[in-house]
Amino acid sequence: MCLSIPAKIVSIDGDMADVSIGGTIFKAGLHMIENPEIGDYILLHAGFAIQKISGQEAEETLRILREMDDAMNK
Amino acid sequence: MSMKYIDEYRDRDLIIKLADLIAESAENDYAFMEVCGGHTAAIHRFGIPALLPDNIKLISGPGCPVCVTGTDYIDMAIACSQMGDVILATFGDLIRVPGSEATLEKMSEAGADVRIVFSGMEALDIARHNPHKKIVFLAIGFETTAPGTAVTVKQAEKEKIENFYILCAHKVMPPAMEAIVKEGTTINGFICPGHVAAVTGSLIFEFLPEKYNIGCVVTGFEPADIMQSLLMLIQQVNSKKPEVEIQYKRAVTYGGNRSAQLYMNEVFGYCDAYWRGFGIIKESGLTLNNDYKSFDAENFIPPTTKNYEEDKRCICPQILRGIKEPGDCPLFAKLCIPENPIGACMVSPEGACNTWFKYRVNL
Repeated sequence: MCLSIPAKIVSIDGDMADVSIGGTIFKAGLHMIENPEIGDYILLHAGFAIQKISGQEAEETLRILREMDDAMNK
Repeated sequence: MSMKYIDEYRDRDLIIKLADLIAESAENDYAFMEVCGGHTAAIHRFGIPALLPDNIKLISGPGCPVCVTGTDYIDMAIACSQMGDVILATFGDLIRVPGSEATLEKMSEAGADVRIVFSGMEALDIARHNPHKKIVFLAIGFETTAPGTAVTVKQAEKEKIENFYILCAHKVMPPAMEAIVKEGTTINGFICPGHVAAVTGSLIFEFLPEKYNIGCVVTGFEPADIMQSLLMLIQQVNSKKPEVEIQYKRAVTYGGNRSAQLYMNEVFGYCDAYWRGFGIIKESGLTLNNDYKSFDAENFIPPTTKNYEEDKRCICPQILRGIKEPGDCPLFAKLCIPENPIGACMVSPEGACNTWFKYRVNL
């Protein structure tokens, strides 16, 4: 039930947004998100954006994972 | 279609490498509990147990809100649905959970107005369009879900929608985790719920290493996330330095989503709450604060006084406490199947029994 899916904000109307999950559009309440912008990725849970996804942190996690991978290949 | 923030964490080669690293690092026996039902589902869906050596055991915990919801709650919802002027709005997961005598699905077939919604806002919309009915939203879920209910209640107040109510069984995670630890279940580390923590921050788990010497890794829901977290937990155990680490950094910070917390704290306060499998856990539930009590459906629901005996053979209570596995249950995959669930753990797609049935029953 705590399932939350990464979704991209495609339009904003007040507290509500249209968000895209792989091209399918859903409504998301932005009440809990500070300074949402079109193009931001959020976690969509039960009709609300519960958090912005940090692209920078996502890259960092992947970098660490890939470095582990490289270390093993040496 | 490619999905950003999902596909990268399903990279086959990366996951196999992580499996090798885990096998190299796992020098003892380890038992890790995944608290969140979403993790239980992901772990089995992606076949994670088959990637792990035998000395790593994953135990499912109490983090499926549908599974821990008590029979009395379903009975109250059913009583509510019989009042004539009520429309029940519920997440789909709840409609097949057995109450004492029926399910919401059966009541719906018999004529009750039960509607499935994806969010509280949809329930509020039903209220706007049906001013002569009472709309009761079945508010269940952990810290991930409760802020959305809080926003919805505040919106109802703002718009002066007076026919919208909630039947509140929201719960919070840390007291249940503490109950499990106190019970003495052997757990070397917690795979902590990433979406609860997206709201609350990782700080809510700090008491586990501090008080109980148990490590925690706040974890995402893709296979690479889960495998990386397992490696982090193994390293914590090996170095005897339990702490709270965040693997799921793209969504979780130490302090969490402050705005979501403010909504939750304004609308809700803590109360003792019943968890299937545990009984009453102190300060583990959320209830409407005094300023919002007028939205409480309990104000008008007739009292239910059913004395229901659950099927004694069903071991859901032990499964939710991490003491037994679905395969230990005499009903599992025989009398208790997803089409005809006897215990709640078979109802929810995130329940341990349902997940085992889907992914492990033929293994």
